[in-house]
Amino acid sequence: MSITETRTERADAAEQPAPLLQLDDLVVEYRGSGRRAGHRAVDGVSLSVAPGEFVALVGESGSGKSTLVQGALGLLPAAARIERGAIAYSGVDVTRWSEGRLSRIRGSYVGFIPQDPGTSLNPTKRIGRQVIEAVRFTERSRRSAAEHREAAHVALREAGLENTERLFEQFPHELSGGMKQRVLIAIALAGQPRIIIADEPTSALDVTVQRRILDHLQGLRERLGIGVLLVTHDLGVALDRADRVLVMQQGELVEQGSVDAVLRDPRHEYTRRLLEAAPASHAGRLEPVGPRLPVDGVALRADALSKRYALRGGGEVVALDGAGLELRAGTTHAIVGESGAGKSTLAAILAGFGTPDTGSVHVGGRETTHLRRGALRELRRELQFVFQNPYASLDPRWTVERIVAEPLRAFGLVQGRAAQRERVLELLDAVALDAAHLRRTPAELSGGQRQRVAIARALALRPKVLVLDEAVSALDVSVQAQILKLLVDLQAELGLSYVFVTHDLGVVRLIADDVTVMRGGRIAESGPAEQVLEAPRDAYTRVLLDAVPGTRLASAKEARA
Amino acid sequence: MSIALDSAPSALGEALRSAGHGLLGVLRQPVLLLAWIVVVVALGWAVAPGFFTSVSPYEGDPALSFAPPSAEHLFGTDRLGRDLFSRSIHGAGTTLSATLLAGLLALGVGTIVGLVAGAVGGVADTIIMRVVDVLLSIPSLLLAMVIVAVLGYSTNNIALAVGISSIAAFARVMRSEVIGVIRTDYVKAARGSGTRGAAVVLRHVVPNALGPVLALAALEVGSAILAVASLGFLGYGAPPPEPEWGLLVAEGRDFLATHPWISILPGIALAAVVIATHRISTSFRKDHRR
Repeated sequence: MSITETRTERADAAEQPAPLLQLDDLVVEYRGSGRRAGHRAVDGVSLSVAPGEFVALVGESGSGKSTLVQGALGLLPAAARIERGAIAYSGVDVTRWSEGRLSRIRGSYVGFIPQDPGTSLNPTKRIGRQVIEAVRFTERSRRSAAEHREAAHVALREAGLENTERLFEQFPHELSGGMKQRVLIAIALAGQPRIIIADEPTSALDVTVQRRILDHLQGLRERLGIGVLLVTHDLGVALDRADRVLVMQQGELVEQGSVDAVLRDPRHEYTRRLLEAAPASHAGRLEPVGPRLPVDGVALRADALSKRYALRGGGEVVALDGAGLELRAGTTHAIVGESGAGKSTLAAILAGFGTPDTGSVHVGGRETTHLRRGALRELRRELQFVFQNPYASLDPRWTVERIVAEPLRAFGLVQGRAAQRERVLELLDAVALDAAHLRRTPAELSGGQRQRVAIARALALRPKVLVLDEAVSALDVSVQAQILKLLVDLQAELGLSYVFVTHDLGVVRLIADDVTVMRGGRIAESGPAEQVLEAPRDAYTRVLLDAVPGTRLASAKEARA
Repeated sequence: MSIALDSAPSALGEALRSAGHGLLGVLRQPVLLLAWIVVVVALGWAVAPGFFTSVSPYEGDPALSFAPPSAEHLFGTDRLGRDLFSRSIHGAGTTLSATLLAGLLALGVGTIVGLVAGAVGGVADTIIMRVVDVLLSIPSLLLAMVIVAVLGYSTNNIALAVGISSIAAFARVMRSEVIGVIRTDYVKAARGSGTRGAAVVLRHVVPNALGPVLALAALEVGSAILAVASLGFLGYGAPPPEPEWGLLVAEGRDFLATHPWISILPGIALAAVVIATHRISTSFRKDHRR
């Protein structure tokens, strides 16, 4: 391989080995007539990754971090163009290399771990074939089929997978998300690369799985001495794992330095804001601005809820198995668990979107499961639901005013346009939006603004209980912090009670009064937030808590305090 | 209603803006521009034939029988000496209005049937979709011929027949769109807001499901014109003195060897319009996808 030869020549010439990856003043711009035309996604970024170094690149959505990675790998979409700057691997400038030449580097010199393990494997091919393909494509000398097979097994084992004989014959849909991500790591490792670039490799995975994958990446770095460039939106992950942290905002690198330096003395204002917003940097629950409206009693009680789904080929899945909870009025009860724990099923049943097989739910003293349509409609005035994805929960053709006014119109609560507008403005004001947003459609709003609109709609009927299903999970950290603050303030002002469903224990700390931990449809542990989070009794709760990233961040915060 | 009015300005602005984009796009593609010109001229023929020709389509000059195309008679004349250009222009009205009728019928009924199947689901869905499957399995021209044969020969019945034979395709697309939209969070949220079932369907499901159905409608226009003309050619449509494109082609076929223009020139007009509508509808589809 020419690149290896050149590398050795260069290494002989200079004492210091060249960095594995070096970007100099890279500018990537979108062209053509698309939506992003003329947009500079990457604007003059310089960075380097040395052998054996773990570098984390942090940024929120739209910061250009993915475009940067695609640029470095020569995988830019057709509309994007490298305007300026240079990309060098081990001192070899590859900026103007043709696609064919670049593709030979990918895999054999630089391994890429893509973001979404769910869609990055070919669903129609067995795992073994996909890994062997990667091995064959990146081999340096001709080898036999048996050798390819052996190398594929080694790569899978290296990625931390066991029982590789069986795995070889399996299809991607038979594997869990964590296993698929490991297969992708194996594919990235198959060509024995010197550097691995991972684009949000764990953001679709549960915390405990995330922890194992990241542990593994770190282990590879130490064992094989390869460089790692980890792209993530999660500052906690970056600070826990990396030697060096780079922070990107709107296409520019605004901060770079060692983890200690960034933690101790962040130079850029944006980094400070990110550090401030990271859930791990807050010790306790967020405090509302105003006084809490005193309310007491039980807002919602669920007892012994069970739900089974029949599977297509016979058999059944137990989604809920005797789960229950009690929501004290004016407080937040968080339901935590990993995927498949049954928390979304529970939330849907509480909100009347589904019915349990057995068990009961009482809202304000009234039993609400198996309600008839009319009575269910009345329940909506007491209890509202906020969806996970604000991109999907607002009708794309409607204006903000119409969306927020929908419940008001459905129940005939306002007479005439003037009264309606007045109430909508009042609601928008409560979620810190204003009249300027009235006529916009969801496409013209940011993610945070959309979720505010969804919350305003949920508040329109003056409900007493809000069920929030992963309501902040799809948002950037800084936006997440704002929405959480908003929720806490609204709760104090209006005396609301929240059922807050989330997979993110860091967020729970900020908002919950009570916490219920779920696993496999059952309640693993339930109790006041301080007790569950600080002195968990259940072993599974402890595992979950340990897996939450951001330990360095939290300890740095404590040290400063 | 006030709310609907309310959103009108932004919708209008959006439409104007996208129309502006569309116009620029059209000017950059000469073939598409040509297609639009062909269709606009054909529509002009249909709406105001008197504006394009002052010659009567019915009265012929026997002395001029089988005159070849010339400056005076652009398409030549037929056996009775009638001006074929004038007959083609007047025929546009018959053919295109039948197409329009057929299209509206298929779109309207197909959309409603698909909406009911998708929104109600269950047994209703199964029954409706099996009927649709049966309709789809019969070649549409054959189905249309059977229908006209039952109803009697006339242009209106041709429209009805062509319309009925394309209902199934629309119902299918609409149903799958409705099923997709009904599962979205915003429909769930609307129900959660207390909006009643029928209102949810009318306000959220229909507007969001209609896009691909309209794209299909644009695509179907060409085949509908062709189907109408085919039935006319076979003699299922308007009785002879009436000018109709399919009939014009049919009238000339006996003289194809000696006076080919009688069939060929109206045929070219017909083909040009069909190809043009197809080109335009594919441009819609591309825009839609982007």
